[in-house]
Amino acid sequence: MKIKILVFGQLSEIINASELALLAINNTDELNKKLFELYPKLNEIKFTMAVNKKNIHENTPLNHEDVVALLPPFSGG
Amino acid sequence: MSFTQNNDRYHRQIILKEFGETAQQKLLNAKVLVIGAGGLGCPALQYLAAAGVGTIGIIDFDVVTISNLHRQILFSLNDIGKQKATTVAIKLAEINPEIQIQAYDFQLTNKNAFELLVNYDLVIDGTDNFATRYLINDACAILNKPLIYGAVLRFEGQVGVFNLLDNETQIMTNYRDLFPQPPNPLSTLSCNEAGVIGVLPGIIGTMQATEAIKIITGIGKPLCNKIISYNALQNTFYDFEITPVLNPIETSPQNEMEFLNFNYEWFCSSKANVSSISIIDFEELRTKEKITIIDVRERNELPLVNEFDFISIPLNDLPNLIASIPIENKIVVFCKSGNRSLKAVKLFYEKYPQITAFSLIGGIDAWQQFNNKT
Repeated sequence: MKIKILVFGQLSEIINASELALLAINNTDELNKKLFELYPKLNEIKFTMAVNKKNIHENTPLNHEDVVALLPPFSGG
Repeated sequence: MSFTQNNDRYHRQIILKEFGETAQQKLLNAKVLVIGAGGLGCPALQYLAAAGVGTIGIIDFDVVTISNLHRQILFSLNDIGKQKATTVAIKLAEINPEIQIQAYDFQLTNKNAFELLVNYDLVIDGTDNFATRYLINDACAILNKPLIYGAVLRFEGQVGVFNLLDNETQIMTNYRDLFPQPPNPLSTLSCNEAGVIGVLPGIIGTMQATEAIKIITGIGKPLCNKIISYNALQNTFYDFEITPVLNPIETSPQNEMEFLNFNYEWFCSSKANVSSISIIDFEELRTKEKITIIDVRERNELPLVNEFDFISIPLNDLPNLIASIPIENKIVVFCKSGNRSLKAVKLFYEKYPQITAFSLIGGIDAWQQFNNKT
């Protein structure tokens, strides 16, 4: 099972890519855990997560080829 | 207000079959408040005035600086040091003298937000900090005003519409459904520190004006419950739906009284594990003790401070210069609004865990406001 992850704003600096793929992830809690393991600095930023173009507020199951976006808030104007 | 039938000014949009005289009349009857006359506000205001929005309000407490000019395209060299809101109002009146323009040269706070917002049908958020964004969001949610959100950083921007019911789904969301928890102030970046490419707020601000025109006239499909994220370097758009938070962790004000008692600065900044100092405590400390005061703003940033001595070290230079700063006294760090100073204090504690360092809450803007009042 493969999940595609799109990364926005300063999160892409932490991950050092604007896109990545992870295998064997069953839900968004597992995904968060894996991301924080791989990129501990992500813990410092509160971001919103969108699964297949809908932002989520609780653990959400993930399926093969789902696309998850990680979006930080911007304040500039 | 009504426009004259043979008014050529709006001819090119009136001949659009979806638009016509009906939509033009709706624009002329509309009242739009633009909060922040900066990178987003300038282009939005320019198009709204040109399109014939009948009443436009502009609120901004800041003055024009030279570092604004690369993106805040209504200003010129002669405007440096002038109040932004009043200056913009004069420029818009030159573009379109047929509309009403009201400038407010003061800061939006939870104390004045309601009396201002009730005069308008729709609000455009062109601010540059999270505390004001949550404040505007909550005021609009309580007053049930559509809010057009826009935000930018570096090469990326976001735009969306809050507090507007989607008639198909009967869903209405707002900023707290997008970012239910306030950002960590130590990790958030402002355009002052992280930079922004000048055209980006032009694009996002223009999209905000487009949404305003669509909502007022009822043409097209507004961006309600949706965010578009634009990346200028990749030239990509990513859009996603906002879903309502069903069980919020953070409480938000639900009525005017709760809103008046909600401390937005605190909500967005002082939850960080660093020490902060209020303006009142700072005034007392600096008169009683010999302290080291450090300004971490960029060297040309306004306002100028003559009332006390301080060392100027822009935040980006601090890691290299931190060893040269005398640390025998208590240290108070300030910046414009209190965000960068929090980061600076964190740097101090990393280098010298034994010292006492504070970040000035609300920054020099809040300090100046306090001293103007007293």
